[in-house]
Amino acid sequence: MIFYVKPKSLFNYHTLIQFSVIGVKITLMGTNEMSEKEEYVPIVIKAEELDPKFKYEMSKIPGAENLMVCYQCGTCTADCPISRFSEFYRPRKIARMVQLGLKDRLLSDDALWLCSTCFTCVDHCPQGVEIAGIVRALRNLVVKERQMMPLVSKELATSILKSGYALILGATYEFPKSKLKKREMLSLPSLPKPNLPDLKKIFKVTGTSELLEKTKVFERVES
Amino acid sequence: MSELRFLIFLGCITPYRLSSYEISARKVLGKLGVELVEMPEFNCCGFPMDLINHDLMLTLAARNLCIAEKQGLDILTLCNGCFSVLNETNKILEEDKKLNEKINGYLKEIGMEFKGTTNVKHLVHVLVEDVGIERIKDCVKKPLTNFRVAQHGGCHIVRPVKYVDHGDDPENPTMLKNLIRLTGAECLDYMDEAECCGNPVIGVNEAVPFQMAKEKLEHIRSVKAQALITVCPYCHIMYDLNQPRIERTFNEKFGIPVLHYTQLLGLAMGFTAEELAMKELRVKPTELLSQIQ
Repeated sequence: MIFYVKPKSLFNYHTLIQFSVIGVKITLMGTNEMSEKEEYVPIVIKAEELDPKFKYEMSKIPGAENLMVCYQCGTCTADCPISRFSEFYRPRKIARMVQLGLKDRLLSDDALWLCSTCFTCVDHCPQGVEIAGIVRALRNLVVKERQMMPLVSKELATSILKSGYALILGATYEFPKSKLKKREMLSLPSLPKPNLPDLKKIFKVTGTSELLEKTKVFERVES
Repeated sequence: MSELRFLIFLGCITPYRLSSYEISARKVLGKLGVELVEMPEFNCCGFPMDLINHDLMLTLAARNLCIAEKQGLDILTLCNGCFSVLNETNKILEEDKKLNEKINGYLKEIGMEFKGTTNVKHLVHVLVEDVGIERIKDCVKKPLTNFRVAQHGGCHIVRPVKYVDHGDDPENPTMLKNLIRLTGAECLDYMDEAECCGNPVIGVNEAVPFQMAKEKLEHIRSVKAQALITVCPYCHIMYDLNQPRIERTFNEKFGIPVLHYTQLLGLAMGFTAEELAMKELRVKPTELLSQIQ
């Protein structure tokens, strides 16, 4: 969305910066900068959208504890390899939205799934905020509360449950016999076996079996 | 020599798609006197599950740690992802009493208990810290003096610094570079060496990781490296198995062979290309191999 601003409204610049960190593209409107096609769509965050408790709930989740001390310097976004190539993924924006309590917007934001967990943001943050931990906590919340997860994750989870290995193995969830035979031919030691009853229990007690039953999947996210 | 005993954690992707890595690693480690003990039981380290349920990731990782504790051995991983979650879980569960209680509660259901008595190391850490530079030097019989290569160590053997304490600098990693230099090959610097390969995103979006990988391959080409050296199956898949697709997507020709470090070291130790399963690489290193004297 684009937020056009007439030069005379620049007195509002400070407010606009606040907007810019939550993802509104701001264009300073000169005499002929606004093309005819584009509409004037101001973005408004309504007070009722803000969940004031959200930041406290998030702060209790391992990895997201320090979110409150983020002062929006933007180091995470500047150094993020994904942000360089994605229009939507901005770690600083995510941290700000958590602080503001924009829970619904966050949990329906596809950009969450673009983090590659390289931990550059974690190592570079001057405030010791684990941005990647916040993103992980949010992803876990999407799975739990919106009952959505990437198709590939559901496939891999099912594969671990049924074969011990996180692989896309097709309908049988069996390690291919041809590959096992090849190992024998190459005199490689046989692959360690999974303990399927144990895995079943782990999936149950961690609540994952239930999550897998309930969740719908999505295949791709835009970048 | 017997002090160099490790429980080898193969992971999922290496035995399934990159047996070249496993084969060459076993050959090289054997020659260096490292004894590898097989895992008596196995499940995925937990890495791909972190995004759907952090507790599941911790429990899957902790189960593997418990197995290692019972064997009284440290874990050696070939994969950066496995190293990352096993190492992180090992450290978090020791630090965070509350989390420890919670995960041990889950483990109780399967009759296990995390005690925190094992260490987790990646192949690179074992080579540098346990095997040692001198022993590797002694095993290099055919120095690859006319090889000019570049390295991509990957993120998870150096980041996050909070959990990875092997002394390498994530901004300017040198561990793998020094290991490459031991083979006699020249290791070239290039732009953005420490940048992520992007593979973990590929399941939901190909555009971003492909652009990241394309840029990396361009930087490697611009310093005229004859090959890229990796130590992680995910990075390897990104640059080797996906290279033809990246070339098609951007209408570019790279033709940069990507070798596992263990293959490079293996060549320098005198193993043949066949013994090191070079045939399995997607981008054939024919020209590179023809330079071996």
